[in-house]
Parts: sequence; structure tokens; C-alpha cells
Amino acid sequence: MLKDFFGKKKKYATIPGEDQKLEVPEGLMMKCDGCYKIFYRKEMKKQLFVCPNCGHHHPLRAWVRIESLFDTDSFQEWDKELRSGNPLDFPDYEAKVEKDMKKTGLNEAIVTGKGTIEGHPTAFAVMDSRFRMASMGSVVGEKIARAIERAKEEGIPFIIFCASGGARMQEGVLSLMQMTKTSMAIKRLSDSGGLMISVMTHPTTGGVSASFASLGDYNFAEPGALIGFAGRRIIEQTIREKLPKDFQTSEFLFKHGQLDKVINRHDMKKTISLLLAFHAKDGAKA
Amino acid sequence: MKQVLEFEKPIINLKEKIEELKKITQDSEMDLSQEIQTLEDRLKLLEDDIYGNLQPWDKVLIARHQERPTTLDYIGEIFDDFIEFHGDRLYGDDSAIVAGLAWYKGKPVTIVGHQRGKDTKDNIHRNFGMPHPEGYRKALRHMKQADKFGRPIICFIDTKGAYPGKAAEERGQSEAIARNLMEMSGLRVPIICIVIGEGGSGGALALGVGDRLLMLENSTYSVISPEGAAAVLWKDSSKAQQAAESMKITAGDLKKLGIVDGIIPELKGGAHRDAKKQAERIDTAIERTLGELSNLNGQELLDQRWDKYKQIGSYRDAQLIGD
Repeated sequence: MLKDFFGKKKKYATIPGEDQKLEVPEGLMMKCDGCYKIFYRKEMKKQLFVCPNCGHHHPLRAWVRIESLFDTDSFQEWDKELRSGNPLDFPDYEAKVEKDMKKTGLNEAIVTGKGTIEGHPTAFAVMDSRFRMASMGSVVGEKIARAIERAKEEGIPFIIFCASGGARMQEGVLSLMQMTKTSMAIKRLSDSGGLMISVMTHPTTGGVSASFASLGDYNFAEPGALIGFAGRRIIEQTIREKLPKDFQTSEFLFKHGQLDKVINRHDMKKTISLLLAFHAKDGAKA
Repeated sequence: MKQVLEFEKPIINLKEKIEELKKITQDSEMDLSQEIQTLEDRLKLLEDDIYGNLQPWDKVLIARHQERPTTLDYIGEIFDDFIEFHGDRLYGDDSAIVAGLAWYKGKPVTIVGHQRGKDTKDNIHRNFGMPHPEGYRKALRHMKQADKFGRPIICFIDTKGAYPGKAAEERGQSEAIARNLMEMSGLRVPIICIVIGEGGSGGALALGVGDRLLMLENSTYSVISPEGAAAVLWKDSSKAQQAAESMKITAGDLKKLGIVDGIIPELKGGAHRDAKKQAERIDTAIERTLGELSNLNGQELLDQRWDKYKQIGSYRDAQLIGD
């Protein structure tokens, strides 16, 4: 019959292979993950990847984030060459890391450095979730700890934009110990009178949310980010009930008193530079 | 009926055979003492072989043994006049963590620890030793008191992990754990942390920042349970045994990685064979470790703590090695 020619439906779903999934081409257009409307990528970029229609905040690449906050050409990267080892001799771990290095052009899931935001010198760290879900391994922990120590030595604030799936499984307990290392570094900074600001972006979970991400003098989040300790599925299995839709979102955390403020990306630079001004050594309104 | 672990079955079988022969000797005229002697010799060899070559998964089973002594068992054996105190002053009291004061060799110490239940009813009361934020906040409250009054802190670690529940998230499980890591880093009194059973991820770590980390020989410490690791890495939780090996979670492995400072030997077959005797070994370790730390002042403790933790990690500087 004629309709066989047209109405041929696939009897099965095709799942793209690992490589295909990762190598989504940098197209002209992009679809909003929130409202599924299509936009010019260029236009989205101008909007810092906040959907002009629904306000959905898409994950930002590390360097786009840096550009969005720092004064032009002021940012100098630290410890760029640090790379992961394979402490547990985990099969395939090195290959996975190398693949993500190629994909992202980064050496690890975090970029650290120093620059000025509206003239305020600031030590900075930003995680990039494209790299192993920005899970925390030794390099992530080490770069954060070093950045915090430098902030302490130079007497400048430390700001971190968090995004992480949690611990890096392939580094086992060494990954767990990075929670201690980073938290201890923050304690040292804090005791020296240093300012630390944490901004949680989508997603900030597990060992990262249970260490440095929660330890700012100010803890902020972008709208709609997933933030939490335990995974939703594990909780649902444990308590045997469905969780509310907004569970573990920025708004949920805010409602429960866990955040100082939820900040729209368009207001981020303004809010942070105001906060930096409040804490500047001379402390007077410019 | 005592819990029998998988790898112990050959030993149990042999023991049963010996008992049988003994009974026959008693009940009849037959003299089987020769055979019994042979079997008992074999039993000794078999025990040495099995208990001397425990695999990571065997240790997981021992660490989870239902009769394994808990924090309160050891507290009762090692310390005098323990008095438990309750509540975080913010929300409630979490019975998955115990905290209080006791004498140790005539001096006051603060003790905090995860507390599992001894049976089902007790386990429900203790929430299977899986704390909520109020547990960690109670622990921190006591540790800060120890700092104020200048007494050492002993932490017993024994948990599958922080409780993954709705209320726990609402009350800031992440923040509670993070806060403990940060604040424990700055306490100017000796802190000794001892993993006595399972050390499950961040929920264990939140009582685990200190000057010395000790582990009982058959305890485990890991970023995720072997079942969880298998599910995440290979999408197959039945590969837990394999994960237990790959993840390097035993005391011996963690000593090699430089994370654990000392291993407290266990009785043959595990701590549950005799809680009192095991407590003596822990006692010895605490006494020695406190001795090592007693000469250090607050600042020296903090400096050494940072020196230890800042080194933990595995990375390379591509610029220096030139690749």
C-alpha cells in the first residue's frame, strides 16, 4: 500500500554511540534545554547562554565564564600544566582523561588563576563540567588548594564557580581526601581574614557540595541548578517515595536557608563586584 | 545462630567434622583421638591460610559483620566514666552519632563516633549508623568544646555513609559535612580518628579529619561502597567484589597510598571474635598515638595537619616532565 512508503516508523530507538554523543558539532543554532526553542548560537552567547525566552541557564565553559566576569585581558592562568595521574591503575582512566582533554582543550576539569573584576584583584577557580563531569580528582583538589593558598599569601579574595558530579571514582579515596585538602585550605584562608565566595552552578553535587562549594563566606547559586549531596535516585530508593520536582534545585536550597542568594547570570558580575568592593581593604564606596 | 561469612565456610565445615568425631569418641568405645588430632592440625593450617590471605571483599564482609563491635562497645572497654551528651542545639539529636566525655588514663577526652545498631530494632533507632546533618553538627559542637577546654578528641568511624534522605538534604547534609571538614582542620587539640568498621565516603570523612588516621586491620574506607562503585563504573552492582579490589579500600592499601598512618591488628577471624581483646589493641594504639601528639602545641598540630593533607593526591606537572 501507498502509506507504507511514507509512514514507515522505526520499530526501535537508535542510541548514538559514545563518540557521536560527545562530538555534537558547534552548529549555527542551538536548542534551549529549558523550553526547547531554537536560537542562534551567537545570540545565545551574547546572552551568556541564558535563554531569552525562558531564562534557563545553560552550563558555561570555563573560559566563557572567565570572560563574563574579568576585566579584559586581566586573567592569568595558574598551574595550567597539572595533569592527572592514575594512582589506582584504573583501567581506561588515562584514556578517558585524554579524550576529555581533546574534547575541551583543557588539561583538567578546572581552570584557576588571578585577574581583576571591576579593578578588584581576585583569585579564581571555575570548573568545567564537560571534563569528566568536573568530578574532583587529585588535580582539581590540588589546583583549588594552591589557588586558595596564593589568595592567602597575596591577601586577595578567592572566588570559585562550582560545577561537579562529585568525587572522581577512578581515584578512589584520594579523591575523597581532596575534600579535606580543599576545606583545610579554606580554613587557613578564613583564619587569615580572607574572603571566599562560592557560586554553585549546574550541577554541584556529592563530595564537591559537601566540601568547598558550601564553605564560602557567601554561598550563591545560579537559578535552576541541581545542588545536593546524595543523588535523587538513591534518595527515592531509600525513602521509597517520589521527591518533589524542585527537589535539590537552587530555589529549593534557598527556601531551606542553605544559600545567601540565587543570582541570575546577567547580574553576576555586578553582584560580585559589589561584594568585592564591600570587602576591599580601603572599604569605601567608589 | 552466628553469622557465617562465605569465605569461612571451609573452616566451619571442618570444625563441625571435628565436633562430630569428638561426639563419637564420647558416645562409643572407639578411640578417634588420632584422627581428631590430625583434623585439628589441619584446621589450624586452614585458618592460618584463610585468615592470613583475606581478600578485599572478605574484609568488606568482616567490616559489615553484624556482631562487629561498635563505637559504644569500645568506649565501654577503653574509657572510664563515659557520659553521653545529646543534641545539636539547632534541630534535634541524631542517635546515629554518639558524643561525650570520658577519662582516658586519668585525663579527660572528648569522644565522638558513628553508632550502628546491634539488632534490627536498635538499628532503626540508630538509623543504621547513617547520620543526618544534626549528627554532624552535634559532633562538631563537642569537638569545639574539646578545643576550648584543651582536651584531645577521639573519633570512631563506622558508617556506610551519610543518610541519603529528603530531610537530610533539606537541613543541609552537604553543608554539615563541609563545615566539619573545615572546622576540624582548625582545632588546636590532638585528634585521633579510628576507622573501626566501614568508612563510607563523606559521611565517614566528616568525623575523619585529624592528626592521625588509624584503621582496624579489616575495616574499609572508600569514596563509595563497592556496590555503588560497580554500579557507577560498570553499570552492574554485582561486580562489587571486583570493585572492592580496584578501589583500594583496605587498611593495607590505604597505608600504601599514604592516607592511613597506622593499622591496628585484629584478632584472627575479626574483631567480633572478642570485643574486649580487640579493645585492648585499640587502647594500645590510642595510648601510643596520644603520646606522639602530646608534645605538640596547637600551632604545631595545625601545621603538621596541613603538611599531611596538602601532599595527598596524584598528579604530574606536564611542564616539568616535558610531555
